[in-house]
Amino acid sequence: MKVLVPVKRVVDYNVKVRVKADGSGVETANVKMSMNPFDEIAVEEAVRLKEAGTATEIVVVSVGPTQAQETLRTALAMGADRAILVQTDVTTEPLAVAKVLKALVEKEAPGLVILGKQAIDDDCNQTGQMLAALLGWGQGTFASKVVAADGKVAVTREIDGGLETVELKLPAVVTADLRLNEPRYASLPNIMKAKKKPLETVTPDALGVDVTPRLKTLKVTEPAKRQAGIKVPDVATLVDKLKSEARVI
Amino acid sequence: MPILILADHDNATLKPATAHAVSAAAKLGSDIHLLVAGRNAAPVAEQAAKLAGVAKVLLADDAAYEHALAEPVAALLVSIASGYSHVLAAATSVGKNVLPRVAALLDVAMISDITAVVSADTFERPIYAGNAIATVQSSDPVKVVTVRTTAFEAAAAANSAPVESVAAVADPALSSFVSAELSKSERPELTAARIVISGGRGMQSGDNFHLLEVIADKLGAAVGASRAAVDAGFVPNDYQVGQTGKIVAPELYVAVGISGAIQHLAGMKDSKVIVAINKDEEAPIFQVADYGLVADLFKALPELQQAV
Repeated sequence: MKVLVPVKRVVDYNVKVRVKADGSGVETANVKMSMNPFDEIAVEEAVRLKEAGTATEIVVVSVGPTQAQETLRTALAMGADRAILVQTDVTTEPLAVAKVLKALVEKEAPGLVILGKQAIDDDCNQTGQMLAALLGWGQGTFASKVVAADGKVAVTREIDGGLETVELKLPAVVTADLRLNEPRYASLPNIMKAKKKPLETVTPDALGVDVTPRLKTLKVTEPAKRQAGIKVPDVATLVDKLKSEARVI
Repeated sequence: MPILILADHDNATLKPATAHAVSAAAKLGSDIHLLVAGRNAAPVAEQAAKLAGVAKVLLADDAAYEHALAEPVAALLVSIASGYSHVLAAATSVGKNVLPRVAALLDVAMISDITAVVSADTFERPIYAGNAIATVQSSDPVKVVTVRTTAFEAAAAANSAPVESVAAVADPALSSFVSAELSKSERPELTAARIVISGGRGMQSGDNFHLLEVIADKLGAAVGASRAAVDAGFVPNDYQVGQTGKIVAPELYVAVGISGAIQHLAGMKDSKVIVAINKDEEAPIFQVADYGLVADLFKALPELQQAV
């Protein structure tokens, strides 16, 4: 079974983002970029499926600027077999990405698509569900366990009250949650090997997909700041303040 | 055109989150229809009909909707969406699962997790884990939107809207429910609780969460945890408050042994009053706390239990 893993290049999770003074977005120039952490988990899961003999080939895809090649190389170093960059400088929305991925799925015919549940930049949490919809496939979102066998995949999902397991017909789309696995670090020899793995570049146009954004971002602002309060010396003072000052207990 | 809201429920009880989505919809200024898709879910429809501002409840009762699987519920929503200007849901695990599927089937963009309604086509939503707020405008014919429940008050129960049956549509039969392991708790749900008391890595073990639980029970509070405490296996994942866990905004949030990583702050910084108890006085949690107590939690918690 071939597995397709879409990955996104995002501002590294350790970077404290700064809103641009003109309100047009957040500062991304000269900021450390990395693979979206949830996508790293998706790559790891695909590699484990291959190590277990369930997956035969792992194709990683990124929709983004030329620099997203670095993100794809990271995935190749983790164990993916080949990569496709869908090169565009447009800030793509989840629906556009889902349409690009659908076009690639039709070409590549994977048995399973695994991707992160959400990108940590736009926090949309949409792409996997949208891709499943466009393909007419089942979706296993927020996965903490994935077991594929006999043309089906059992996905244990993190839901509000606990865990839920659903069974999907293959092919299907699975989105990775935090506790699906712990991604490996690529070893130096694997990073060297990844440089020789095939990386193909295509454009959304060549795939017949219009990636023009549908939504208009009118402005981006800083959230209201919370002021630090006071330190209290002991529990008695704390309880007194909560009762008489804040009146919350 | 009216607004359609997908209700979140367990076939017996309407989840409080839905009442918050109704409040968000009320700001859009059209009639509100609430869709209850479930199995033997008439009691839920009755509760939904009581929410202030709801003009009509649509009840789709069919075995296919029992577990709110995304594929059949999305197919149902799409079959009736054309009569609506907006399709909304609370940003719960059901809303987040179903609505993007609906948006893609309608070929419209989706707006996730709104925190404010600017106008009928313009919304505010947090990006970068709440470190920036984007104002976005949609020109799509149907706006598909999930609502961050903590940003909107719950609609009151003061109504008696009519309940109408709607026919089920063909189940795409792509998925089936296998099992659920739900945490059993007598305490209020994290996202609906008036008081939340959360523990972090400083709790040192799952057993020590008992120290929080006894206080929670005295205060009628819910118990939460930081990602570090969940990753360490102290408590199950559904306790997690933070960017990738639950977003809470109770009247009182008590953070115990939590350092205050950005990802945790993203999940609780809109709480009305924040208390931090931590032995490290440099912990970032103190920068957002209204009341900070620098103390060993193993000494402070028993004292707190006595004092409340």
